[in-house]
Amino acid sequence: MAQWYLAADYILEAGSVKRDGAFYRKLFWTMFKLSAFTFGGGYVIVPLMKKQFVDGLGWLDEQEMLNYTALAQSAPGAVAVNASVLIGFRLAGWKGALLSAAATILPPLLLLSVLTYIYEAIVDNRVVAGLLRGMQAGVCAVIIQVVMEMGGTTIREKNGFGCVVMVAVFLAVAFLDLHVLAVIVIAALIGFVRMLFIFRKGGGVRR
Amino acid sequence: MSAVQYIQLFVSFVQVGLCSIGGGYAALPFIQEQVVNRHAWLTEGEFADVISISQMTPGPIAINAATFVGTKTGGPLGAITATMGCVLPSFFIVLCLFLLYRRFHTLRVVDGIFEGLRPAVVGLIAAAGYSMLCLALSDRTAIGGLDVPMLVLTAVGVFVIRLTKWSPLVIIALCGVVGVFLQ
Repeated sequence: MAQWYLAADYILEAGSVKRDGAFYRKLFWTMFKLSAFTFGGGYVIVPLMKKQFVDGLGWLDEQEMLNYTALAQSAPGAVAVNASVLIGFRLAGWKGALLSAAATILPPLLLLSVLTYIYEAIVDNRVVAGLLRGMQAGVCAVIIQVVMEMGGTTIREKNGFGCVVMVAVFLAVAFLDLHVLAVIVIAALIGFVRMLFIFRKGGGVRR
Repeated sequence: MSAVQYIQLFVSFVQVGLCSIGGGYAALPFIQEQVVNRHAWLTEGEFADVISISQMTPGPIAINAATFVGTKTGGPLGAITATMGCVLPSFFIVLCLFLLYRRFHTLRVVDGIFEGLRPAVVGLIAAAGYSMLCLALSDRTAIGGLDVPMLVLTAVGVFVIRLTKWSPLVIIALCGVVGVFLQ
């Protein structure tokens, strides 16, 4: 009972984070720009968010970003929207969550509203095709660089367990088409079982 | 369009939003079921158009489909109705997960679960990057061919990101401009 009381207390506390207007504007426009550049959706936005919020603004750390991505993936709906709601709430409570959600939805909403009427004229346009094709290369470059960086962190920390999970997930999803949700459930279970073994060896007492 | 039809649109996309776990193209069969089979808002051909538009525009495919269907059936108000329906369920579900996480993440067991999830997420991003790379580097004129200019552009992009502190969005936009000249 006390546990749930504390949880309710936390909801109120977290939901009432106050920030100044400049912060909200920065949050909104950062999310808006990220969403406008997220071709392919889903995981493409995560490396971009990591670049902006972790490396650029320093509002989050890398571990948090990865935790939120896992949470975003565990809930139904678009990963990009889920991740932005999580980051918005973490940084600025309910207002932050709503602002981030709106900022992420607006670019595709505005663009598609227009495209629904005129897409036939654009689909075959050479300049548009070239622009989009080139942007694909740019998105790939960003993802490659972020993966090198985050994979590098795991390797430098001599985290053998992490390295095995990372490579196994990559191979299973890229070549065996394992469903993303299955990956999340299996990885969570493996982490849980591993922690039980550490407890047994008495390693769990240190916290 | 009557109020009942707006409600129908909203409810349909709430279902799409609830069903599409796993993101991206996992949502496609659910969208098709709602907008083509059940309500006939789009024909098979128009649905195929939605997919090709989604591939060339930013944003999650479920949102793109919601906006497209909403605009076709009820104009701008329809687009907003459908998109709201699509996003609303996950908005609350993801916040509930976050509150549970914030309440319990200091527990050693929960921390252990996330120690398993973090490298898995890096692996997932790598896999998404791999499929994106396959798409970007495949030659569109010869099946199975390699698009060498795109390979060079991607490689240069990686170097520029590593050497400079430019925003990734600037890099993507610049690559787009180079793409126009490569055509």
